Order: sequence, then C-alpha cells, then structure tokens
Amino acid sequence: MERIPILRIGDLLLVTIQVDMHDRLAMSLQDDLTERIVRDEAKGVLIDISALDLVDSFIGRMISNTASMARVLDAQTVLVGMQPAVAITLVELGLTLPGVKTALNVERGMALLGKQYLAGPARRDPQAR
Amino acid sequence: MSDMSPAAGVRFSSQLLTPRAGARRVLVLPLTGDEHVVALRRLVRERAIDIKLSLVDQTKLVTAASELARNTLKYGGGGEAHVIELDDGVRLGVQLIFADDGPGIADTALALTDGYTTGGGLGLGLSGARRLVDEFDIDTRVGEGTVVAVVKWKR
Amino acid sequence: MTLNTSAATIANLVEQQQSTILAAWLESLKKQMVRSDAASDEQLKRHCGQFLSLFAQAAAKGGMDDIDGRPFDEVRGLLAEISSARARQGSTPSETATFVFSLKQPIFNVLRDALQSDAPALAASLWTISTLIDKLGLYTVEVFQKSRDQIIVRQQQELLELSTPVVKLWQDILALPLIGTLDSARTQVVMESLLQKIVETGAAIAIIDITGVPTVDTLVAQHLMKTIAAARLMGADCIISGIRPQIAQTIVHLGVNLEDVVTKATLADAFVVALGRVGASIRRD
Repeated sequence: MERIPILRIGDLLLVTIQVDMHDRLAMSLQDDLTERIVRDEAKGVLIDISALDLVDSFIGRMISNTASMARVLDAQTVLVGMQPAVAITLVELGLTLPGVKTALNVERGMALLGKQYLAGPARRDPQAR
Repeated sequence: MSDMSPAAGVRFSSQLLTPRAGARRVLVLPLTGDEHVVALRRLVRERAIDIKLSLVDQTKLVTAASELARNTLKYGGGGEAHVIELDDGVRLGVQLIFADDGPGIADTALALTDGYTTGGGLGLGLSGARRLVDEFDIDTRVGEGTVVAVVKWKR
Repeated sequence: MTLNTSAATIANLVEQQQSTILAAWLESLKKQMVRSDAASDEQLKRHCGQFLSLFAQAAAKGGMDDIDGRPFDEVRGLLAEISSARARQGSTPSETATFVFSLKQPIFNVLRDALQSDAPALAASLWTISTLIDKLGLYTVEVFQKSRDQIIVRQQQELLELSTPVVKLWQDILALPLIGTLDSARTQVVMESLLQKIVETGAAIAIIDITGVPTVDTLVAQHLMKTIAAARLMGADCIISGIRPQIAQTIVHLGVNLEDVVTKATLADAFVVALGRVGASIRRD
C-alpha cells in the first residue's frame, strides 16, 4: 500500500496530501506522523491540504487526532491551504477542528510555527489558551 | 437502465429503492471496501459536474456521499450505493441511495441529532450529511437493514 | 344569432376583407404615432400584416372567447414578440395595447356594412369582436410587464455584484463593507466570494463591516458565523465591525456565540487591530 511521504525541514515535518485518501491510508498517515515526531524530535507539523477538494469527517478526525497527539509530544500542528468549498462544507458538517491551528499556505504556516518558538503570542487558535 | 429491485448484493427492501420518475443513468456500486468509497467519490464528483453544480454544491454532495458510504461500510456491514441522475422536467439533480443488510438503526431520531455516536467518532454522520443535501430520506428496520436516499438539485 | 355563428361570420368577414381592414388599421395607427420613419413604418406594416393574417386563421379555427386556447397560440406568440420588441425600443405599455385596440374600428366597419340589415346579429358580432380584442390588448400589457420584470431582475443581479465589493485595505487585509438589507441568498453569495478573495489575495484578515446593514435575521447571522468559521479553517481571521445596538441585541437574542470573534465599533478601529496583527505575524526581511 502506498504511503504519503513526510518531509523533514529542520525540526519541522511537512506533509503534502495530494491524493484522495481512503480510510486506511489516512490512518497510516496518522501513525507515520506520530512516529516521525518522536523519531525526529520534531517541534512542528505542517499538513498541506491545498490539493484536496474533499475533506470528510474521517479525515477531519484524523487531522484533529494528529494535532492532539502532536501536542502531547510537544509539537505544534498547522493545517494549511484548505480550499473555500471544503471549508464551507466542513462548517456545514459541524466540524470546526478545534485545537488545530490553520494558515493560508506553507509559508504562512512556517511563519506561524516560527513565531511560536520565539515565544510570540498565540494567534490562530482562540481555544488554546 | 439497471434493475432497481433489491439488487443482487442487498436483500433489504424499501420503497426508497423504487426508481423515481425522471431517473436515468443509474449505476450501482458495491460498498465492501475502502477503495470503493474512493471510487464512489470520483463517480459522484463526475455526476455533480455533469449537471453543473456549483463547486460548493459539488463538494457538499461528494462529502455527503463519503459520509454515508462510510456508514454503510462500517455500521451496515457493507452494501451498495446507487448513483442516479434525476430530471423532473424542471431541473436536474443527483440522487444517491445507500443500502445495506446491517443491524439497522433503532432510534433514527436520536441518530439524526448532532453529536450522536456509537463508534467513538464524530457521530454516525447522518445529521451532518443531511445538512449537505436538499432531500434526505431514511428507511431502517432493526435486524434487517438500512436505506438512506439523498438528492442534491441544481439550483 | 348564436355566439358560434357570429364567430363564424366574423371569421369569414375578416378573412375575406383582410386587405381593407389592414389598410384602415395602418392608417389609424399612423395618425396616432408620434415618431415616424421608414424603418418603423416598415416594421409596423409587417407586424400588422402578420397579426391580421394569424388572427383571421385563429378566428376561423374557432374558440373566439378563449385567447389561451390552441387556435390562438400563434397569435399570442406574435403578440409576445411585438410586445417585447416594443418594450426594448422604449414604447409604453399603452402604445403597444393601443396597437391592438385600434384594430376594433376597421373590423367594426366591415361588420356594420355586412350586417346592417340584421341588428341583433350585428350587436352580437360587435360584442364578440370587442371582448376578443380587449383580451388580446390586455395580453400585450402582461407580456410587456414580464419583459420589464426580467430586465429588472437582471439589473438587480448586476447591482448585487457591484454592491458587494471586497476591498483590499492593506497587504493581507481585506474589507467587506456590506450595505443594505441582507437576505439569505445574497449573504451566501457574498460570503462565498469573500472566501474566494481571501484565497486569491492571500489575506490573513477580513474585516466584515455591517455599518450599512439595518437589520440582521437568524439566517443571515448564521451565514455570517459560518463564513467566519470557514475563513478560520482556511487560515484567515475575521473581524466584524459596525455592529449597531439593535443588531447587537438581535444577535444576543438569537443566541449567536460571538466569543471567538473580535468585534469593533467602526471599520477604522477594526483596521487598526488588523494592522497590528498583520505587522506582528509577517516577517519583512
């Protein structure tokens, strides 16, 4: 079975999801990420979904869980590039992904994570106080 | 036109499986594995584009299909999905029917409330999926099976 | 004379005396017309000729009391065309209806000459033709109205697009000044275009200003909240500015939760907040 590649950039991990994932693939991505955070002692995880024209509750849950696990492992997760139609649909579904920071693109996402290290004020996630 | 009676895979019979007036381009897909959900998403996306649904409406329909297909797979023990184009003479629409021979839903009203879940997740996805479509019907009998039929019309 | 025979009589007479009627009709119309040029004369002659011919055919098929029936399909079709054309050219509905009404006199004359020895028959025929032409005249007014309605709807749509511009206030800061009453459909359209603009411009903050919105109902408030939630999922924050006291009350009554949303009294205040945010989150090397 194919696996989604995870890139390491310094102490950040970057995942670019470009395929329509079936559930098993999503679960294996979650496992892989968790494993890599530990192995690479990553401080940040960037999940790029700008190529996804669909995010359903399963994938939403996977992203939420990944962020939660990352936090436990002392890493921040930023979800970047959600398309407008996907965002509108997720909101209609009732999924707001609390606890997941978001940014418009990878560059912004990295800046967001970078800011965190410099002890900048938390900006994107009102629920995380 | 394919045979619309309780098809080979699913025995549970329901009024909802009777073809509506104006139904055409009927395709029945099996839902017994993960990859079937992916295939269904692609097909539904194509059909949504065929009737020129807006991007947002396309996304809503395909997402609803994904949610309901997953239900059929995870809670219904597998089943099938019918993808149908509707033409009622005034407008075009896409109808999706999900059928399984699973345990059925004991309390549909409860299942349709937000946040209800039996699987430890975000709920059966029924209430969410319902908000994404224009028409939503469910026919279920405990111990026999479930049929969920939804329609999205081109506005 | 029964209604049917009077209808048959009229039909025959109109058929036989088409050219006489046409000439008389054209003459009376020309007398009424204010502007006259070769082109419009040509068009008038054509319209009248076509109409009369179709009218005669329809009358011959019967059903003179019902202009919605099959025999009059082509007549109605031609009238609709004429009416729409005139609407586009700027004619008033009266002018177009008059076009039809002025057909009465020529036909009356023909009927009178043919039936002068039979007063009851003449009376019945006059009544039949009069009510028929009245209905046709009113039909042109209806069609006229419908054309104008369509023009209005199209203009409304154009206005809608013009009136909801998304403005780039600053690098990464968008503003959406909403003006006028918001209905559910319009709000949805506007919100979707805001989200699209966010992606296109890469904005980090969108200020939704509702100073120009007199009232907000449940649906609109919900759309607003959904848009803000969607923008957040995409990575942009929203600030709502210009909430009047009445709207604040409505929102509270509706139970809408504004805890997570920054709200400011004026667009200017919101802009200041946005600048602060943006200045801090983007590194300029």
